[in-house]
Order: sequence, then C-alpha cells, then structure tokens
Amino acid sequence: MSILEARNVSIRYITGDFKDIGLKEYVMRRLTGNYHVTEFWADKDVSFTLERGEMLGIIGSNGAGKSTLLKAVSGIMVPTEGWIHREGSIAALLELASGFDGELTVEENTYLRGAMLGYTRKFMDEKYDEIIDFAELKDFEERPFKQLSSGMKSRLAFSIACLVKPDILILDEVLSVGDGAFRRKSEAKMREVIAGGATTILVSHSLPQVREMCSKVLWLHKGRQIDFGTDVSGICDRYQDFLDGKLML
Amino acid sequence: MFQTLKSYQFLFEELVKRDFKTKYKRTVLGMAWSVLSPLLHLLVMRLVFTRFFGRTTPHYTIFLFCGNLVFSFFSESTNQGMTALTGNAGIFTKVNVPKYLFLFSKNVQCLINFGLTLCVFFVFCALDHITFTWRFVLLLYPIGCLVLLNLGLGLILSALFVFFRDMQYLWSVFTQLLMYMSAIFYSVDNYSPKVQRLFLINPVYVIIKYFRVIVIDASLLSWHYHLLMAAEALIAFGLGCWMYKKFNHKFLYYV
Repeated sequence: MSILEARNVSIRYITGDFKDIGLKEYVMRRLTGNYHVTEFWADKDVSFTLERGEMLGIIGSNGAGKSTLLKAVSGIMVPTEGWIHREGSIAALLELASGFDGELTVEENTYLRGAMLGYTRKFMDEKYDEIIDFAELKDFEERPFKQLSSGMKSRLAFSIACLVKPDILILDEVLSVGDGAFRRKSEAKMREVIAGGATTILVSHSLPQVREMCSKVLWLHKGRQIDFGTDVSGICDRYQDFLDGKLML
Repeated sequence: MFQTLKSYQFLFEELVKRDFKTKYKRTVLGMAWSVLSPLLHLLVMRLVFTRFFGRTTPHYTIFLFCGNLVFSFFSESTNQGMTALTGNAGIFTKVNVPKYLFLFSKNVQCLINFGLTLCVFFVFCALDHITFTWRFVLLLYPIGCLVLLNLGLGLILSALFVFFRDMQYLWSVFTQLLMYMSAIFYSVDNYSPKVQRLFLINPVYVIIKYFRVIVIDASLLSWHYHLLMAAEALIAFGLGCWMYKKFNHKFLYYV
C-alpha cells in the first residue's frame, strides 16, 4: 500500500466579482444580473503515488499549480474532483515566513509556531534553546518580531520547522533560506530530516537539486500533468529543453 | 472531538496568549480600560435616563448595570469574533488547523473581561444594599447560555465576514437596534403582555431579564424560561457549527 496516492486530482478556483464586494453590492449585482464568477482549474487530472522513504520532486514554471497541489496533499484544501489517500502524519512547510505576529516577541512567536506545527509544550521547552541557537537569534529573544529583518524571520521559521518528524514531509522552496552561510547549514539540516526516513515532496526551481535528491519527478504545466515517473534525469532533461525553448508543449 | 481538542490544547493556549498580549499591548491601563469603559457607559446612562425611568424602577443603577453587563459582553464578543477568520488567514491557509480555535480564543479574551466587570457589578450590588442569596449561584446558567450564544453568533458572523466584508457595518447597525430592543434602560412593564412576550424573541433580553429577576427581585424564573434561553443559545450555536462545517474548505478562496 502506498503511503501517499493521488488519483485524478483536479482543483478548481473561482475568480471574479465575488471578493470584497460586500453583501449590499452582492444583492444589487444579483438583482441586476451583473454578477459574474469564472472558474479556473489550478490542477487538472494529476495522479501520482509515493512509497515509504521515496522523494518526489515537483517541477514546473510559475502558475503550474504546484502550491495548490501541495495544499490539497496536506489537507488544507480538498480536491474538487479525484481523491488523495495518505497514511500517517503530514507536515507541510509552505511559505515559511508568513503567519507570524509582528507584535509578539521572538520567543512568543517561536512557541506559537511550534504549536501550529503540532509540537507539544514539553517538546518546545526542551528544544527552545536549540532553535534560537540554530537561528542565530540569541540576542533578539525579547524583541518584537516586526523589528527583525526578513532574513532573520525566515531563519527562525526554518529553525522551528526543521524539527518536525512526520511520516510525510512537504517542502515548498524551503531549502533556500537566508544568506550563504545559513543556506549551507539549513540544507545540511534538511538532508538530515529527509535521511530520517520521511517520505518527502520537494518543490524546487533548482534542477540540480531535484536531479541529485529525488527518486521520482512530477512535471506540471499550467495545471496539467506533463510527466510523472522514476526516470528523474530523463524528465529533468526534457524540462530543461522546455525552459531553453527547444521543446514546445 | 475531545481527542482533537486535547491535541490542539497547546495551540489554543498559545492563541489565547497571543490575543491577550496583542489586545492590551502589555499595558496595565489597557486591561483597566476594558473594565472602565462599561462603567463609563453606565455612568452616562445613569445620568441621562434616571430622570425618565429612575423614579419608578427600584435599584435603577443595578437595573441598568444588569443590562450593560450582559450587552457589553455580547457586543464585544460578537464584534471581536467577527474578524477571527480573516485575521488569521495567514495561518489557516498554510497550516491545517481547526478554524474554530481562532474564534474560541477571542471569546476567552472577552470572557475574562466579562469576569472582571462582573466582580465590579457585585461590588455595586453590595453598595446598593442588595442582599446576596444562594440564588446568585443560578446566574451561572444565563452566563453559560450567553457564552454559547456569543460563540454561535461569532461562528456565524466570522464565516459571513469572510464572504461579505461589509458585515461589520451591517452588524454594528444591527447591534444598535438590538440594544434599544433589549430594554437596557427602560422597563417593559408598561407594555401589554403581548408585546412583553415579543421581547422574549431577543435572546439578549432574555438573559438580561434573568439577571434582574435574580439580583433585584430576589426571585426565581419558571423552567420554561430556562428552556427558552437554552434553546435560543443552542440554535445560534448549532447554526454556527453548521456553517463552519459547510464552508470549512471554502473560506480559503475568499481570503
């Protein structure tokens, strides 16, 4: 039995007039027949399977539907059509630096984020010093979060997130955090987590990274699935050709 | 249900802490202000309305305070609760957590405020020579119903607010209207029994009246009255839960 299986997953977004118009305007537009909503398929008919310990790389240009697919895999969204079956715990590290509260101190934000990721208080008490050390924020613990630089913010976010020990790990562009020195450190840490046996999904714009680390590749383009399989180098070669303009879809 | 609540206990505690800290910005006055503001409201009402209604209503200050106490809790809780989802959109679009936690945490905040004001209320009762009887324990019942009502309306409003951003203005107009219909500064005794029964549709009035009967009249209400109050609160709560269940995965598209 696969640890993660997605079958014909399609996800529809609705776009158009409905946002920010308010009830009064909504009623008016409904009455005058001026209310328009358009549908937009962020993902269409995507299927893949993952076995325990495998690592899937998702590639594709911007707007390919990668992040939407990950949201469906992690359970934040439900597929409009198709289904996703998963076994065990799942941790999705998406757009790390958002979701912090600017008014709270670094310490308070650390605990809040830990709680969001499903850690226990005991675990946080034990790991707190380690997190702050890793993020190199020893002198900033009592500072309001809004005073931190954006690099510091993502460093903290990464340092909390990398302690997860899930069965399925989802990484959306998180291997590239901070400046040169921290980047190397964080990459090493992430490899450690992956080596811990988690089944991993990696979204990356760095093809060398995908070639080196992944055992399966899924290529998405404008919501459609172009290719999926274990032939990592073959698919990556074709994607590179596509990026160079040699291959038309 | 309890299993999930247990596993999210840590997150819930941290959310409550966050709401508490961001609300008062770590100031002592911030906290005092939230008690002081209903008291000032009370003072104004007392000055304005005593001439019209004060002479015929015994213990008029306490009479007003009952109304103010309940209504300010209701209005604060629903108004704060409305932004529970939109304010936390950055979190629930990234992490899969139960969305009602955000609303519940805001309500804990308002409940603490209410508790503080309630203490002041009892001090006023003592000053106004109200005898404390065992019946005061029964006040826990309307408080419980009020919390449930606030949660229910908070769920409904925060869900609606995601879809319709002008809910805030519409709700503030509605609360104003509701305030006048909750007999906060006047007594309903002058109305015909038929109209008096109409007042009971308003759950806030039902709760205010309960407070007055226990504290000022030192008497008890019938069991149907208890049932009516619970029914109104449960309807609001049930409707709120239903909306969250129905739109759980839809909120994402609107924030």
